[in-house]
Amino acid sequence: MKLLKLVPDHTNIHFLRWRVPFYVMSLVLMAASIGLVVTKGLNLGVDFVGGQVIRVTFAEGTNAPVEVLSKEIDKLGYGEPILQRFGKPNEISIRMKLPAGADKNPKLSDAMARTITTDIRSNHADARIDGVDSVSGKVSGELGRSAMLALGLAALAVAAYIWIRFEWQFGVGALFSLVHDVTLTLGLFAITQMEFDLNIVAALLTLIGYSLNDTIVVYDRIRENMKKYRKMPMPELLDLSVNETLARTIVTSLSMLITLVSLLLLGPDVIFGFTAAIVLGIFVGTYSSIYMAAPILIWLGVSSDSFVKTESEIDRQERLARERSARP
Amino acid sequence: MLEFSTWKKAWYWALTLFFCVCALPSLVALTPNVRWPSALPEPKINLGLDLAGGSRLLLEANRDQVTQQRLEGMEESVRTRLGQSEPRIAIGDVSSSGGKLSFTVRDPSQVDAAREAILPLTSGAGLSGQRDWDIQVVDGSRFVLVPTQAGIDLAINNAMETAVDVVRKRIDALGTKEPDIRRLGGTRIDVQVPGLQDPQALKNLLGQTAKLEFKMVDETAVPSDLAKGVVPPGSELVPWADPKDPASQGVPVLAVKRLGGIKGDELTDAKQAFEPKTNTPVVSITFNQQGGEKFAKLTTENVGKRFAIILDGKVLSAPSVHEPILGGSAQISGSFTVQSATQLAIALRSGALPVDLTVVEERTVGPDLGADSIHKGAIAMGVGTGLLMIFILVTYGRFGVYACCALVVNLLMILGVMSLFGTTLTLPGIAGFVLTIGAAVDANVLINERIREERHRGRRVLQAVELGYKEASRAIFDANITNVIAAVLMAAFGTGPVRGFAIVLLIGIATSVFTAVTMTRMWVAGWLRKTRPADLNL
Repeated sequence: MKLLKLVPDHTNIHFLRWRVPFYVMSLVLMAASIGLVVTKGLNLGVDFVGGQVIRVTFAEGTNAPVEVLSKEIDKLGYGEPILQRFGKPNEISIRMKLPAGADKNPKLSDAMARTITTDIRSNHADARIDGVDSVSGKVSGELGRSAMLALGLAALAVAAYIWIRFEWQFGVGALFSLVHDVTLTLGLFAITQMEFDLNIVAALLTLIGYSLNDTIVVYDRIRENMKKYRKMPMPELLDLSVNETLARTIVTSLSMLITLVSLLLLGPDVIFGFTAAIVLGIFVGTYSSIYMAAPILIWLGVSSDSFVKTESEIDRQERLARERSARP
Repeated sequence: MLEFSTWKKAWYWALTLFFCVCALPSLVALTPNVRWPSALPEPKINLGLDLAGGSRLLLEANRDQVTQQRLEGMEESVRTRLGQSEPRIAIGDVSSSGGKLSFTVRDPSQVDAAREAILPLTSGAGLSGQRDWDIQVVDGSRFVLVPTQAGIDLAINNAMETAVDVVRKRIDALGTKEPDIRRLGGTRIDVQVPGLQDPQALKNLLGQTAKLEFKMVDETAVPSDLAKGVVPPGSELVPWADPKDPASQGVPVLAVKRLGGIKGDELTDAKQAFEPKTNTPVVSITFNQQGGEKFAKLTTENVGKRFAIILDGKVLSAPSVHEPILGGSAQISGSFTVQSATQLAIALRSGALPVDLTVVEERTVGPDLGADSIHKGAIAMGVGTGLLMIFILVTYGRFGVYACCALVVNLLMILGVMSLFGTTLTLPGIAGFVLTIGAAVDANVLINERIREERHRGRRVLQAVELGYKEASRAIFDANITNVIAAVLMAAFGTGPVRGFAIVLLIGIATSVFTAVTMTRMWVAGWLRKTRPADLNL
């Protein structure tokens, strides 16, 4: 049986030749993502801003009557609801700010949930209330802080590990490609305005772990080649390493994507955003392992002798003597 | 690398089989129309609230309330103690505001005696040998008792432990199955009740502190003064639970004597009953020996007077004592419905909460959503795994077969480990499964690509395979460590669903290294030894 080879043997693509344009493009994309997050903002869920969310599913195959519902709920006097479809057209979430004073007296938010769900049930016979979440302002603030802390710690811990296992330049490279992957994913959430909740933070943490898998494979090969070809100039050596591991990078990323895309398309709608974040992250992570993580090593001054023990004085004199005698 | 002794092989197979067998009950449970024989042990995966449906409440205790109660308790102890000492030590100018208790000893010569008397009221707190109160004497005769941090922490800790206990008793009384109640951080309690659709009854029950007191009514108080908020000396004003209660005579508060009442915490039973004459719902309580005696004494001494039944700082009713109540049981009347009387009975039976609890976070998930999610998750996993297997098979041939076998074993083992430890599967946990499948074959990809590479370099089959496993293991190890770092942080910071996801990832990382590296190596080695191929189709 002839086996499938997505990447032919002995590929020799000069990835590093375009490192500057690609870096510029990535930096522009990162800046754009940050700009979008700042200007457009993330659609923060109740986990982070507090409030109440009611999930409703209408009869299979119908469209949730978003406008009608919006008007009906607005009339109840609890303020304007934010209605959002997620997954399929018959599934929506209704987000409300908690009534004033609800932090002190939770009965107020109970009453609000009760009024709204009763109203929906009486006006729409096919509506199925799938869940009600209430998060007080106090808890949401803490959740936000601990999410930021976890993300920061994870990125630093992973980078520190790479530093320990390789060299500091590799740690910086890993950290940089992590920041790149996470920033672009945040950019996606700013553009699409998909809801950003605790699950998405979990997805970002997952990215921090898994988007580095390809980077580590490339780094491992770079280290191996640096020991093997001491005289080779860095750009050439990086190109060689990326090419040698290209089949791995492609096949591993594809296998992750095959399973994750099935989950995205066929899996539970509630975790659509979560899966989307991981899929994008894995995709971007593959690119960044080649174009972010590798070229930065040149700029950070990794040289071919980084992994060679400093030679002792005797070795040096012997080498100089050898070189002298070799000269005509 | 390719040598496996017989005992080692046996051990690997035993381990694999063991976990796969553990997975069986969970697999059966997820398959409709098949039932697990009840005679066999049944280690099963728990479904998280987001899959099983149910309610989660995050309750927070009021820290300041604990410290305030402690101050008040201390004030009472100090008064009693000094009042009973021989000779009696008179104090005045008592204040328990600003987080400390202070008072003046009237006769400065008694300061040392007072200190002697108070000292036993304090006790050691924590491991540092620090006491729970700090006693200072300022200006010669003024005592200042300041609670130490260790003392406060200890008090809060004790209060929270009791609170968790009381919460558990109350939830059990509701008859819900398998609630998960645990303390979270310093002053929070996480309550998860699978299957509970309407948490209102639960919230009402937990929102009730159920501190019951019986205090004598101050009959000397003038109603018009009370309405203006004038407090008669030695009394306090307590609002009526129902301001429209006819017994209140239009005054929303009742004056009761501060001292000399009894607490209603010495009960053996409380149940909902009906008042025979009016047929209105009441709560019938039974005191224990000690409480019964105190109640008998109170009613004997106060025949013809009224006492107030106070629940959580509000007057329920103020009946007159017609005759001493010696039987050790009593009825609490108030404006009850059958439901509220039943709730109060449950709350009284389970004991008072040592501190008020407020709901700061609440999540409810309907049952249909979870079933839907499991169904869709299973389909996505099936399709994803199938496609992945085809891809791996056409890419690596025989070596792909080994990778696919490892994949299936890996899935069963994750399920087995989760079942064995009773881990909770959550909605993101399903995604964790899918992600793990995708990531597990990474190891095989790295190994197989390396073998390919070594063959291209002209190494012989055996050597190439050996080098493939050896050289790839470095990157496999490093990649898995970074995954572990992320998952551990997720488990540490996340709650419920997210933690469920992190746990699946962690288990998956461990089992996938075993199946994708160790098991496939064993299979490949067996095949190589048997057939001794001169070339590999890779």
